Amino acid sequence: MREIDGEIISKNISQAVQNANFSLDLKLLDMLEDAVKKEQSLLGKNILKSLIKNAQIAEQEKIAICQDTGIVVIFIKIGNQIQIQGDLYKAVNRGIKAGYNKGYLRKSVVKDPFNRENTQDNTPAIIYIENVLGDSLEFNILIKGAGSENMSRINMFNPTASKDEIIDFIIDTVQRAGASACPPYIMGIGIGGTFEKAALLSKKALLKEKTEDPSIRIFEKRILKEINKTGIGPGGLGGKVTALDVRILKHPCHIASLPVAVNINCHASRHIKISI
Amino acid sequence: MNLETPLTENKINKLKAGDKIYLSGYLYTARDQAHKKLCELIENNEELPINIENAIIYYTGPAPARPGRVIGPCGPTTSYRMDKYTPALLKMGLKAMIGKGQRSKRIVDLIKENKAVYLAATGGAAALLSKRIIDSKVVAYPKLDTEAIRLLKVSDFPLVVINDIYGNDLYDMGKNKYSEISG
Repeated sequence: MREIDGEIISKNISQAVQNANFSLDLKLLDMLEDAVKKEQSLLGKNILKSLIKNAQIAEQEKIAICQDTGIVVIFIKIGNQIQIQGDLYKAVNRGIKAGYNKGYLRKSVVKDPFNRENTQDNTPAIIYIENVLGDSLEFNILIKGAGSENMSRINMFNPTASKDEIIDFIIDTVQRAGASACPPYIMGIGIGGTFEKAALLSKKALLKEKTEDPSIRIFEKRILKEINKTGIGPGGLGGKVTALDVRILKHPCHIASLPVAVNINCHASRHIKISI
Repeated sequence: MNLETPLTENKINKLKAGDKIYLSGYLYTARDQAHKKLCELIENNEELPINIENAIIYYTGPAPARPGRVIGPCGPTTSYRMDKYTPALLKMGLKAMIGKGQRSKRIVDLIKENKAVYLAATGGAAALLSKRIIDSKVVAYPKLDTEAIRLLKVSDFPLVVINDIYGNDLYDMGKNKYSEISG
């Protein structure tokens, strides 16, 4: 058994949420650099260049990349040989509270969907816990803005639906998002499972690092190509780069259903993975 | 082109969808909750805390400022959520709105009718944009925190004209130009 103090978790989370809000990951910066080369629209090129400049300023000055510093979504993997001292949920939320205060990050969470009273500390986070074997403790953290979240959709397809029908739904979702969700987008797509499982997979897909299954990779590339035919472009001002990447996660499902969830992320895809 | 507030009719007349402008002067910030409050006052024929006539509203909720700074990161929020409140404000003389994302057909028509303009700031470029804000003070609804109404003074604030008084929509124009989808 490895014992971990809740305080250690809080401290790590506090630092991680600040880092995620101040620094874009290098892979994403490469994608933006690459997009500058691909983009044909001058307005679009300028938008992409200003996003790169914005990321540099945020990193140097330790200020948030986007004023929407999101609601924090955390996927925790906890080994069966880990024993947490104290309440894991409380430790995580204490870390978020500290990080959002120290980092001058916006508090964007309300206590109640109807009365809209701000919790003043950006908690609670949306937390998912997965049990694994071993003595590792991993936190995969996503800073999720609402502009792109609001444009996300789910559809329950017939089990006989074709890949083309699924693509049409994804394209329609991107068309509806248009300029609103801060393109170029990162697309998280969950296919299969149940209604809620597909949605969860689409969120998790945003954090996916690579695709092992070659047939899925081919499908991801095909969707990306189709999205980039829409002409929406960077900032929605028209152009060839509407999405930077498409990431799919799939899951077994019922003989009668084929759920497809599309979770859109803006170009400021802020995430960080830490292990304690 | 460089443009100074207030945006008078002859300045707005010259603006065309697709123009890149650098705005200097004063603008108000307001987003969802402030819009709701303003429109409740208008509905009840009560006095507003700010003068809407010839004003510019920037849809944003800034992050807190680090010590010694004017304001925190301050980029645009999605505009369509303000569409239901916009007709009442245009009627009161609102001249310009700054945000991101397409407006409804009704708002595009009202922008033309009221000789107003809709401008986009780059979504997600909040750190960069905050550098062009040289003064900020809360002028209404301080309890709304980030959603309070602020008076900002900006210098060369970079914007693109989306909807002009001629009924043009840059989002449609841009998309049509680069779309490879037939039909």
